[in-house]
Amino acid sequence: MKKCSRCSKIATLHITEINDGKVDELHLCEACAKMYLNQPPDNLDEEFPAVEAEFNELLEEEDSEESLAEEVACPSCGITYKEFRSKGRLGCPQDYIVFKPQLLSLLDNIHNATQHTGKYPKRAPEASQKQFELIKLRNDLNEAVQSEDYEEAARLRDQINELQQEMSDET
Amino acid sequence: MKLDELTKTSGEWLRGSGPETDIVISSRIRLARNLARFPFPNRADSATRKEITDLLGTSLKELDRPNPLYVWDIGSLEEVDRQLLVERQLISRDLAEKEGARAVAISYEENVSVMINEEDHLRIQVLNSGFSLDECWESINQLDDQIESKVTYAFSEQFGYLTACPTNVGTGIRVSVMLHLPALVLTKEIQKVFQALQKINLTVRGLYGEGSQAMGDFYQISTQITLGLSEQQLIKKLQEVIPSILEWERRARKALVSANREALHDQISRAYGILQSAQTISSEETMHLLSSVRMGINLDLIHELEIPTVNELFIHTQPAHLQKLHGEKLESADRNIARAAYLRERLGKANEEAE
Repeated sequence: MKKCSRCSKIATLHITEINDGKVDELHLCEACAKMYLNQPPDNLDEEFPAVEAEFNELLEEEDSEESLAEEVACPSCGITYKEFRSKGRLGCPQDYIVFKPQLLSLLDNIHNATQHTGKYPKRAPEASQKQFELIKLRNDLNEAVQSEDYEEAARLRDQINELQQEMSDET
Repeated sequence: MKLDELTKTSGEWLRGSGPETDIVISSRIRLARNLARFPFPNRADSATRKEITDLLGTSLKELDRPNPLYVWDIGSLEEVDRQLLVERQLISRDLAEKEGARAVAISYEENVSVMINEEDHLRIQVLNSGFSLDECWESINQLDDQIESKVTYAFSEQFGYLTACPTNVGTGIRVSVMLHLPALVLTKEIQKVFQALQKINLTVRGLYGEGSQAMGDFYQISTQITLGLSEQQLIKKLQEVIPSILEWERRARKALVSANREALHDQISRAYGILQSAQTISSEETMHLLSSVRMGINLDLIHELEIPTVNELFIHTQPAHLQKLHGEKLESADRNIARAAYLRERLGKANEEAE
């Protein structure tokens, strides 16, 4: 554990500043980090905060009004949302269900999205496989339309219709 | 496979082959995966962590692959061996230093490494020389499918692959390339590159990842978000932006040559001269000078050396490698002497061969 370079508490925030190729490492505790992040940078052009810093800020920004919800513990691993907020790591896969409302806004802030559109396990039941495929195709369609690739978009639309037809036939 | 054998080679990522290797050192993709029925490593007690390590270690060993995986229990390795794996980018500093049951599975070619019980149960990594992200994806996608046929991953229809940190949830992917950008550093344009990348949600790190220093003008450019875009879209994002950075670096190199060829040639020759004759030299200075020499070879200002040799020197002069090559533990001051001796020997040999 590194100690904070401004006081003697344990550092939780590690910042690497790169200015003109020159690198400075900074290790700060939570209180000093807050001060550091809020101070205006010497030179705006040189500002280059690390991802962790942004992530921690996001965690702190969340309103603590929902303090009751914060004390709810995951029945599986026992972690509370409050603990997650201080550590930045969840305790088990079930946390994504238990803390879903809070995580939705956090994920929207971090990724600007709340729905997975990528790969899915081959083991998933066939019905869900088709559902995943549909989500993926819709995402691809969006991209094709945005990049004005209408030929690809038309092809994807046909594929989506076909898959939807298939799925409604089955039910 | 023995760990000591590693010191005889430079590892896949420094092989110096593949597309765009004058600037792109290596391409890398990692996937974060977790088992459905266990808590994440940070919340697992020591017995559970042991169970996870044993279960995954056995599964990985038994995969039917042309390049089988060898499993090492990190806790039972000597410190210098753990450091060796960090220097070769096969494990993270975090995995080397943390407590509790943990392991790594590595292919003989060192292009595949799977960390067990790092921040997630599995951190799968594929590393190739040069600008070759499609090959990385093909290979890691296949490996992921193979592992998934043995164990059940934590997966949700909405959030995708579930990870200990929500910054990795969804695809669990990080796509990155390592670039050597000495001219952009010299011309001080590197800052503009960082700003441009940051605007499109890409991050820049030093040679050894999170919080590490940008030693030897090496920079890792990687994707940051993992949810809402597919793996292919994220790979494409990096594939589209890297060529313009390469173009930027090449233009900066040309500008340096045309502005003052003699001064640049002098600087590079002096760097080479120090490496050939120093009696004691630190790791930082070595990296810095090797970076100049590497650019000198690409600009045709140094002829008797080849890129793979320089790449190998970058890694062989790191502390753990040096101690392995030397066969004993060395304190910092002795390491600096051993490093200088090693460089004189290697570069002297290169000169003889050239003549």
